Amino acid sequence: MADITELIHDYLRHNKKFPHVFCAGCGHGIVLGALIRSIHALGLSKDEVCIVAGIGCSGRIAAYVDFNTVHTTHGRALTFATGIKMANPKLKVITIMGDGDAMSIGGNHLIHAARRNIGVTALVLNNNIYGMTGGQCSATTPQGATTQTTPFGQMEKAFDIVTLAAAAGANGVYRGSTFHVNMLDRLVATAIERPGFNLVEIITPCHTQYGRKNKYKSAVDMFKWIKKNCVPKEKFDALPEADRGEKMPIGTFVEKDHKGLEQLYGELQARLNRPGRPVAEPEQPSAQHAEESRNIMNKEPK
Amino acid sequence: MKTAQELNRFEIRLSGTGGQGIITLGRILGGGLALGMGYHVTQTQSYGPEARGGASRSDLVVSSRRISYPKTESIDLLVALSQEACYAYYRFIKPGGVLLVDSGLVRQTPSNVFLGLPFTDLTVRKLKVPQAMNVVVLGALTWLLPFAEARVMKQALRDSLPPKLHELNLKAFQLGYSEARKAFDPHEAWTPKPDDDDGDERIVL
Amino acid sequence: MAQKKSKQRKAVFALGNEAVVEGALLAGCSFYAGYPITPSSEIMEVMAARLPRSEDGVFIQMEDEIASMGAIIGASLAGRKAMTATSGPGFSLMQENLGFACMTEVPLVVVNVMRGGPSTGLPTSPAQGDVQQARWGTHGDHPVIVLSASDVRECLEMTITAFNFAEKYRTPVILLLDEITAHTREKIELPEPGELEIVGRSYPTVPPEWYKPYEDTMRGVSPMPPIGSGYRHHVTGLTHDVLGFPTQRPDEVKAIMERLFRKIDQFYPDIMLVEEYMTEDADIGVVAYGSVARSAELAIDMAREQGYKAGLIKLKTLFPFPKPFVNRLAARCSRIVVPEMNMGQMSREVKRVAARTTSIRTVNRIDGQIITPTQICKAITQG
Repeated sequence: MADITELIHDYLRHNKKFPHVFCAGCGHGIVLGALIRSIHALGLSKDEVCIVAGIGCSGRIAAYVDFNTVHTTHGRALTFATGIKMANPKLKVITIMGDGDAMSIGGNHLIHAARRNIGVTALVLNNNIYGMTGGQCSATTPQGATTQTTPFGQMEKAFDIVTLAAAAGANGVYRGSTFHVNMLDRLVATAIERPGFNLVEIITPCHTQYGRKNKYKSAVDMFKWIKKNCVPKEKFDALPEADRGEKMPIGTFVEKDHKGLEQLYGELQARLNRPGRPVAEPEQPSAQHAEESRNIMNKEPK
Repeated sequence: MKTAQELNRFEIRLSGTGGQGIITLGRILGGGLALGMGYHVTQTQSYGPEARGGASRSDLVVSSRRISYPKTESIDLLVALSQEACYAYYRFIKPGGVLLVDSGLVRQTPSNVFLGLPFTDLTVRKLKVPQAMNVVVLGALTWLLPFAEARVMKQALRDSLPPKLHELNLKAFQLGYSEARKAFDPHEAWTPKPDDDDGDERIVL
Repeated sequence: MAQKKSKQRKAVFALGNEAVVEGALLAGCSFYAGYPITPSSEIMEVMAARLPRSEDGVFIQMEDEIASMGAIIGASLAGRKAMTATSGPGFSLMQENLGFACMTEVPLVVVNVMRGGPSTGLPTSPAQGDVQQARWGTHGDHPVIVLSASDVRECLEMTITAFNFAEKYRTPVILLLDEITAHTREKIELPEPGELEIVGRSYPTVPPEWYKPYEDTMRGVSPMPPIGSGYRHHVTGLTHDVLGFPTQRPDEVKAIMERLFRKIDQFYPDIMLVEEYMTEDADIGVVAYGSVARSAELAIDMAREQGYKAGLIKLKTLFPFPKPFVNRLAARCSRIVVPEMNMGQMSREVKRVAARTTSIRTVNRIDGQIITPTQICKAITQG
């Protein structure tokens, strides 16, 4: 245990005044630990890792770790990460987003990052609530839950992050929990190591803003809830439909081996710039069709 | 053989409907005059958001000196390839200016002083490729404009097209050029005729 | 004339939008992210064909303009000279991340080809309605550099200037074109790479452990290492201290905010670019920018033919507003005419500077058409 503490200490920034912003009982620190252990296990140097975070409690993780860190605008972490990865494919770019970031305001960026299979790892810290802003409902707040903006219960359905990412074409899709930490370490490391877009949804508790209003008396109750309801995917699949209830499968959902966008782009560029290749202009539209294509372009894109 | 002339804001408007290749025509004509003949040229364009069927026009200002205002104010040569365009822009022609129409598409001209060739019909009949009409017009304009050389315009055409389209488009150019040579006398076209507009007014901005 | 020199240069008959690309590539731009929108799309299309053909150029089409801004900020942080281009509706979406770039001092260039607005407006018609938005579009008090161009040659030159300013001052630079400038074709000569002054980013010279990412310097601009170069630091849109960490301490907040302004303010003479035409003896002034400045130039000629001593200041820098030049013009002129394709966005600045010295007359047009030389000439001659 002591050596793990020491290891984490190695990767924290010491020129920043602690304590951190996380409440007692928050799961985000566990994710921070899993992130550091995974990076350490993969033998990555601090300089080649770039953490790109969104806005919210999860976004603050970036400030504490001693990597290249960017704390972006709300929901836009993946767009910055895409720029960084395309600009320097050698970097290991990892985004940290909350459920508000990834599923609401940045939902469009998430599905497009998955579709274009950019070589970025996305950690989505799902605590079912907007924690930092004071406990308003998010796109993953379960139906019926009470929040500051659903005082009479949430009527809308929650997003299933894993299904969404898989449908959008992500190369790897995983779900872990802050209770099943060894598994989480493994999932995060795998997601960082593999090519293309890999997403890990991490079930993490927010007792302060979600638990207290939804019958979880203490932070421990929330962890008990996670322990009970997060079951390995194989086990979950074997359960009869009727017994599934609130239960969530954790583990590996998708693992494909498509090349990342930055890799495909690099190959294209190498092909185009191969020495001795005739320098041909890109195919010009004909005199007759130039205007047509121009006019098609002039059709408003939006 | 044509020689370079001193020009002070010679204004050309090419007009018609989207899909006729008006803007491409303007680009090639302007490119030839600017890069080949060495004039100062501005080519601007105006069109609707539609892909086809909307109004489309391209304006060129050709000058020996630097051009400040890039759009046209009083037109020396209006090319109208649709009835609507002819109606809409006729009034901007300056006294002594020339109107050239597709006589197959423009049935009514506001004045009986105009030059016409059935560009679209010619293209369809002789080349079987209706899209080449804009280059047929380019050929005709090259004959008509006292400061455009056929050699230069052909080069401009080649420069802006992929090689596989050269043959067809040079044929189209030649068609327009020779038809225009049969039909028009440039010297006469650009000589102001004092009583040519039999009383109908041309409004000049 | 510089005929001899021009023989080696390549001449092209290019659109304003195409000239922007030429300028960007000459300036060292190696990253473009964007979303297509009329009338700026040619910039993106030409970039898509050109960048992958260079050794390290990156082109990517993003899902929207918010993402485009995010991507170019990311690329700039990773050490690239990056740009995007858009038009009104897209520019509105970019405001959020533009503020991030102001706050974190990320060099980048945004080209906004103005079309008729508000909303979807007139996609294929010119306007100059985004002038104040370019200055104040993103929330919070911030300095920003806004440039404009009026002809095709200037599109090339001002794009290079935009990149140079962005790098020199570590700030986003907005280049405002209008549909006419963007869609005018003219002959331009492409300068040889060696002929131009290209400004690069300043990198830290201290070892990484001494590096303070937002430390004050003489110029007010801190060196900026690319991500991955060993200078690990934190970048945040939160108000931060010299180390880049969030702070709410009034002294730290004040220091960084004042530096953000000072780094631009103290270089006004370098940044404020104008061109004067016949102002030496003018007693009637015209202040114009973008394509309207070309109308104004012809209007000056027309007015002079009628015996009016008119002169023009063409603004190439819109913000910071070139106050000293307008002041000087106002001092000698009985009247200043400000023509623009909006209801008076720049004339507001002119009035702020010169209303007490001289009388100001605006010529406004918002019907999607350019202001003609005749219109401006009338305003000059009929007062």
